[in-house]
Amino acid sequence: MDVKAFNRSLWVFHVNTGSCNGCDIEIIAALTPRYDVERFGIKLVGTPRHADVLLVTGPVTREMAKKLKRIYDQVPDPKAVMVVGNCGSTGGVFYESYNLVGPVDKIIPVDVYVPGCPPRPEAIIQGVIKLWEKLEDKRRGKC
Amino acid sequence: MIEIVYKIGMVPVIAVLGIVLGLLYNGIDRKLAARMQSRVGPPIIQPFIDIKKLLMKESIVPRHAIKWLFNLMPVLALSASLLTLLYIPFCGIGPAFEGYGDLVLVLYLLVLPPLAITLGAFASGSHYATIGAQREMVTMISYELPLAIAIVSVAWLLSMANPSLPVFSLSVISNNPIWNFTTPLSFLGLLIIFIALLLVIPGELGKTPFDVAEAETEIAEGVFAEYSGRNLALFYLANAVRTIAIASLIIAIFLPWNLSTFFNFSYLSLLFDALFFLIKLFVIIFISSVFIRVIVPRLRITQVVSTYWFYTTLIALLGMLLIWIGCCLKG
Repeated sequence: MDVKAFNRSLWVFHVNTGSCNGCDIEIIAALTPRYDVERFGIKLVGTPRHADVLLVTGPVTREMAKKLKRIYDQVPDPKAVMVVGNCGSTGGVFYESYNLVGPVDKIIPVDVYVPGCPPRPEAIIQGVIKLWEKLEDKRRGKC
Repeated sequence: MIEIVYKIGMVPVIAVLGIVLGLLYNGIDRKLAARMQSRVGPPIIQPFIDIKKLLMKESIVPRHAIKWLFNLMPVLALSASLLTLLYIPFCGIGPAFEGYGDLVLVLYLLVLPPLAITLGAFASGSHYATIGAQREMVTMISYELPLAIAIVSVAWLLSMANPSLPVFSLSVISNNPIWNFTTPLSFLGLLIIFIALLLVIPGELGKTPFDVAEAETEIAEGVFAEYSGRNLALFYLANAVRTIAIASLIIAIFLPWNLSTFFNFSYLSLLFDALFFLIKLFVIIFISSVFIRVIVPRLRITQVVSTYWFYTTLIALLGMLLIWIGCCLKG
């Protein structure tokens, strides 16, 4: 599978699995003129069918688990998953809460974690770069 | 015989040129829109990279979709867009299929890609796509009326001046600039019709103020909701080519002048004409697509209908009336 073309074109679908909107606002901040991720060919799309990357925020609530799995299956291959925020990575302040089934990597395989509550846009952009490196490694058959 | 070989030989040339130019102007469009929003923006070759990426992605056919219709419609959309380009004067040369189709045929061919998108969306079996398809149809019905009024007025003005000519033929229209046949009053009318047509372009292309059918923030990309990979790439290409086709049509009707008619470049005239055509293309696309897209947010579907059926139609009718009065006073 040749993933080199992802180098300059990465379409992202954003899923909120019960996040407080803090991370979501930071993701929007990465699209604003100040950070402008479109100059790297990164674009937010409205449907998982167009996406290359599934961007997940929030600890996964019981209601969202099945839907998250379904959205993951709807993304065409090759694909990658990126988790933004403490909640999605570890559960954060909601760790071991009775109405959570997360964190995200219990439901779907995750490639990159971006910690922070919320992470700064710079951290999110760095996460994307890590994702590119990972896709590049996948291409060379390293992992 | 040679003529037929020439026509067949022109098909791949125009097709490649149309696709490359379409993607290039799409890249310029995105870059300019980004600069107007004080962003850096993607590189101009970004659409080529996107297409390359889409072509190597998996193309999913949903379980509830009608498979053959779902896969056929992107091909139909692209081929209809490319076919339109063959009947329109392009890059300073006359239409490749000159004499085999006129303005009316071009109008019908321009309807085909949105129809293909609508059918493909219905065939995909998704609720979002169904809503998008219904909106696409409503948009289509809305902009056809001012478009038809504008085209008919132009042809009528031309026929008043030259009763013997086949006025719907695009090569006749582009060889006789219609501005030459106007009186001051009908000049004003023609200008108004030009403006009405510029307003129709973003609706035809589904650009931002009129992109209710895609509306990625409310109905998940609407008509394209279930398309991925190769099929999506074909729709992307079809839209890029259609941008060029519609802009070329406007140029053929309203700005048909070539540089070689004013200056003598001898054997380089074809090159200069092509470059001049690209500049005209840029101006049309900038005004009707980039500029309107950046300054206006998306309208609701009811607002799209009232914009086209009421305001734009009214503008076009006013233009038609002025042309009629102008011609009557003259004659």
